Amino acid sequence: MNDFVHGIASFFGLTEPNVRVVFWGSLILCSVSGLVGTFTFLRKRALMGDVISHSVLPGIALAYMISHQKNPMYLIIGAVITGWVSTFLVDYITKNSKIKNDTAIALVLSVFFGIGVMLLVHIQHSGSGSQSGLDNFIFGKASAMTKADVWLFALAGSVIISVILIFFRGFSTISFDEAFAQSIGFPLDFLRFVLAIATVATVAMGVQAVGVVLMSALLITPAAAARFWTNKIGVLALLSVLFAGFSGVFGAAISYTYNGMPTGPWIVVVISLIALFSAFFGSKTGMTRSFLQRKQNDRKILIENTIKLFYGLTDAGNKLTKTFLFEDILNAGNMKVGTLKNGLNLLLKHRYITLSGNQYLITPSGFNEAKAIVRKHRLWELYISKFMNLDPDHVHDDAEGIEHIITPEIEKELEKELNFPKKDPHDSDIPY
Amino acid sequence: MLDFWTILTAILVATSSAILGSFLIMRKMAMVGDAISHAVLPGIVIAYWLTQSRASFPILIGAAASGLLVTAFIQFFNKKVKLQQDASIGISYTFLFSIGIILISVFSNDVDLDQDCVLHGDIAQVSQGAELIVGQLSLGPNQVWILAANLVLVVLAVVLAYHKLIITTFDESFAAALGLNVVLWQYYLMAGVSITTVVSFQSVGAVLVIAFLVGPPATAYLITTRFRDLLMYAIIFGTSASVFGYYFAVWIDGSIAGAIAAVIGLQFAVVFAIVRFKKRAGEVTTPEKLPIS
Repeated sequence: MNDFVHGIASFFGLTEPNVRVVFWGSLILCSVSGLVGTFTFLRKRALMGDVISHSVLPGIALAYMISHQKNPMYLIIGAVITGWVSTFLVDYITKNSKIKNDTAIALVLSVFFGIGVMLLVHIQHSGSGSQSGLDNFIFGKASAMTKADVWLFALAGSVIISVILIFFRGFSTISFDEAFAQSIGFPLDFLRFVLAIATVATVAMGVQAVGVVLMSALLITPAAAARFWTNKIGVLALLSVLFAGFSGVFGAAISYTYNGMPTGPWIVVVISLIALFSAFFGSKTGMTRSFLQRKQNDRKILIENTIKLFYGLTDAGNKLTKTFLFEDILNAGNMKVGTLKNGLNLLLKHRYITLSGNQYLITPSGFNEAKAIVRKHRLWELYISKFMNLDPDHVHDDAEGIEHIITPEIEKELEKELNFPKKDPHDSDIPY
Repeated sequence: MLDFWTILTAILVATSSAILGSFLIMRKMAMVGDAISHAVLPGIVIAYWLTQSRASFPILIGAAASGLLVTAFIQFFNKKVKLQQDASIGISYTFLFSIGIILISVFSNDVDLDQDCVLHGDIAQVSQGAELIVGQLSLGPNQVWILAANLVLVVLAVVLAYHKLIITTFDESFAAALGLNVVLWQYYLMAGVSITTVVSFQSVGAVLVIAFLVGPPATAYLITTRFRDLLMYAIIFGTSASVFGYYFAVWIDGSIAGAIAAVIGLQFAVVFAIVRFKKRAGEVTTPEKLPIS
């Protein structure tokens, strides 16, 4: 553990020039992926990211075989070419045969990857001296980066970021609705092409840090994690960049601290943990929030159902001073004993009822609450029996559900539509 | 002799994959197959580390467990927190695959596995592995027998449940009307994919299994409209790709599994071009949907 803290601390101290290279390299690569990935994610093309990242491998191998050197510029060009060809092929196969999109994706990615592996083994067997560096592309090795690499990434990265920022509005619009984007005058084909090239270029760069197999995670996971926190696309892009940048640097730090630890998998594990955390605790669509909301809803419904019982028991408010035993209330509805106990406790907490000895008494504010819910129930019953021609016997269950979600605005509309009725379909008074 | 065992290994992997893959692509589940084939890795590594042996029963359990885990992850993201399907698949399998690679590094001193093995396996090594010996007679490498057993298992599983698999694949509502549990048969198929991935792992690697699963059935689907024919053509394409791929690999001195994947791609490209050409010439009209055979 001490080693861990010491290693991480010395990494983030950025004192060694070597560490600085790794730090800035990982930060740039992962942040750019996070930004580009926002659109991959929103356009539901996550699996296309998968195709591209597997398909850059043969490009890298071919570029090496032709140029006989590990110049990142050549390798990136090779990667961009095969990466782009793969996306083109997937679309072409899907459009021109009965092969389904997912099959085309799986086919293209595995065949390109297979060719890449075949060429890579061929390069290894042919035993050229500098081939060892090519292995790093498969699982990523941040520590193998050089200063020249980082300058190249900074240059290419800033071009990609500028392109994304310039076309941000266009990309956002085509991510949500391509047909709409076209109808209001965005050049759809052009935007799609620019985005595809930006994505492929990002993948070609990013494989240096996380490797081809795991590059797809960097295009999907940061944006997916960010999605749990926001509905705004600008914030989404920013969070996605922050998450990706953080995991890039942190993964590189772990790989620096422990000799032989692969960088790519650690980056992916860090970003995946962020995504899992966000899925549980995210403030927009996270699970905890949905759970709390549901709980709150359940509580509201229970309160309304329980207070409704008192309305009938007090004879529509004519005997407000009358008190009731638990059994009286239980017999008035069909709630289970435990549920009713919970409901009564909630009512006590809200001071809708009071309890003296074993006698329950409804308070004026409780009676108003009861009146409101009964009014909504009966208005709805009347509404559907009148406008949907339903028999009065059949409208109760529907109203039981809908009464809890009728807002004051809908209530007003109903009253107006029904011309402020006095009686519901069962000939009971509608309380105001 | 070495050639023989290596090619036989490839054919056994290709045949069981072709059968399962035909169902996968018809169910639009190719990418779920891809996810499972990546995600069995951590299970395999942990089981290797615990038992210190390759090709053992615990490894099947380990792989099945992580196969189930990735399905659970996908379900969690997709159903519980309402993330879109493609992102759910992408997140889940890259996460488990990364953990697998990290575990390989952690156990690197204790486990006879390396990262290359994950990518493309080592099909040539199969023939040099331990041999099955009955009495005085050597019956060939263990691994070949395990793959053969898996093929028999896959064939039996498909033959026994053929009609149920067909109905749940092609007409879910009809299957539901007959009282068949669609989800159950999906897991049945996924179990087959997981087990086949695990036993093929040593020879073709975790990443390339998907080429064997999806490629030959996709090529077959281009030229037939009957499911029985699809199965047959897929097996033929898989088998021939194994043979040609092997000699191709020997010729260029590259990875055998990679070369087989390349040949699978080539087969698809050729058949695709012929079908396109004929269609343009107006000779062939391909129906959009595959009827139940």
